[in-house]
Amino acid sequence: MTSSSVSVKQGAPDTDAGALLCVNNIEVIYDHVILVLKGVSLEVSEGRVVALLGGNGAGKSTTLKAISNLLSAERGVVTKGSIRFRGEDVHSLSPNALVGRGVVQVMEGRHCFEHLTVEENLLTGAYTRKDGRAAIQQHLELVYGYFPRLKERRRSQAGYTSGGEQQMLALGRALMAKPSVILLDEPSMGLAPQLVEEIFEIVKALNEKEQVTFLLAEQNTTVALRYSHYGYILENGRVVMDGDAASLLANEDVKEFYLGMSGDKRKSYRDIKHYRRRKRWLA
Amino acid sequence: MGGEVIFFLEIVISGVMAGVMYALVALGFVLIFKASGIFNFAQGVMCLFAALALYDFMAPGGWVDRWFGFTFPVWMAIVLTIGVMVVVAWLIERLVLQHLVKQEPIILFMATLGLAYVLEGVGDILFGSDVKPLDIGIPQGASDWALDNYGIYVEKLELVAAITGAVLVTILGIFFHRTRIGRALRAVADDHQAALSVGISLRTIWVIVWSVSGIVALVAGIMWGSKSGVQFSLSLIALKALPVLILGGFTSVPGAIVGGLIIGVGEKLAEVYLGPFVGGAIENWFAYMLALVFLLFRPQGLFGERIIERV
Repeated sequence: MTSSSVSVKQGAPDTDAGALLCVNNIEVIYDHVILVLKGVSLEVSEGRVVALLGGNGAGKSTTLKAISNLLSAERGVVTKGSIRFRGEDVHSLSPNALVGRGVVQVMEGRHCFEHLTVEENLLTGAYTRKDGRAAIQQHLELVYGYFPRLKERRRSQAGYTSGGEQQMLALGRALMAKPSVILLDEPSMGLAPQLVEEIFEIVKALNEKEQVTFLLAEQNTTVALRYSHYGYILENGRVVMDGDAASLLANEDVKEFYLGMSGDKRKSYRDIKHYRRRKRWLA
Repeated sequence: MGGEVIFFLEIVISGVMAGVMYALVALGFVLIFKASGIFNFAQGVMCLFAALALYDFMAPGGWVDRWFGFTFPVWMAIVLTIGVMVVVAWLIERLVLQHLVKQEPIILFMATLGLAYVLEGVGDILFGSDVKPLDIGIPQGASDWALDNYGIYVEKLELVAAITGAVLVTILGIFFHRTRIGRALRAVADDHQAALSVGISLRTIWVIVWSVSGIVALVAGIMWGSKSGVQFSLSLIALKALPVLILGGFTSVPGAIVGGLIIGVGEKLAEVYLGPFVGGAIENWFAYMLALVFLLFRPQGLFGERIIERV
């Protein structure tokens, strides 16, 4: 490996007791036959924004769904490894128990409740909360503070709002559960660059002011790394690289493969493919 | 008022009352279809089952009377029957639905088909198969008030059914739009996965929705049972609810009501005014023909949820 400041993971990381979320060498199989994750390990410390990067089919969404246990609804199963949240083994908990503990996923493709109004969508986010109407109402105002556009459209059906508004709604709905960690899947999908920037600014603000921890899966590597503290790169169901966001951004391989910037001279496509194949094999 | 007008009004009113009865059955279908996308073929049998259970809790000569030598007062029997329907809902979730999560709608439909026969058989074993007169104290006969003031003949029972139907729909409307559970039900209807992701437990929601539709079935069962006795043909009114659903839309509570009224009034009017031209007995098939026309021109029904497509 040519990388210097970036470590290469090959097994389980040493489990840090301080980590909020700790995924240890998990393997996921869909429909009893399709092996999607082949031993993914990662750690998310409290108060950080951690990016999960990689191409299509690398296993980003599956990793998030394994944590939130939405996998079971898609006939996926975690067959090996463990998932710990605040030290507790959560891999057999139901999704609603996890939401109750503060782990909420915002799914890829937003998944708003189309026939409910924007405000009703937000209120369903507070479904698991037991702290009373007044507290929820107060929290609603807080969410509207971050997403003024949602307040303007509070009475319209969610199905008729724009893509950007739906992404904000999905994020706001997750916030209503008072989560400690949000698993954000592909927030940039299908949005204009300006909107992507806006969404990530909000993520940053929520992280800094509301102390929400984020684990976000993104294909848009540049933006994701700019807004996160740490990053993991997944390829073919394995973590191939991880490191501080700054060091990943500076890393030659990352630049080459994920940011579309090569150092000085142009490389032929064939070289890259060959190089990449060799590298994956090594990993 | 002239005799013709009064005659017309009487037909319309009796159509409205019949429509309310249809609507009560259709309502149970809509609730389950909304929350789980399942067309519950067993809805008609649930009406029958609820009515049978109610009869046996309260009537002399019923099951409870024979075994324990006493009967429950009407209100207590109703509460107990609601309990029975909740248990039935819980069992259905436990034994059937839970094992069919994520299956095709047609498989779930087949499951409810089986369920219909199981419920009917269990009802037969538990309660017997003879016709039972259900009398929970709803006044019978013509309403003197309507007869004296307007000279129109209206059945008291049908008036009670109409008022009960209206109250039930209002309560359901409030439940769906003003409560946390109601909101969750509508959320599940929209997107199962997203509902899971915000922490809504599908299993709880399914038990709730089957219980609610069990209670609606009880109300429908009481009304039909008071009118024509509790008998096994009650389970066939489910078939009459089908055109109501096609008219009103499978996903709309107000649609079930309006659809029921249109079918009820439509078939009575058609029988009286069109019947003589084609030799009568239109009432039996008019609803299905109307449904066919709707399927051709407005498949989502009058009030069915518009399929939202953003461009």
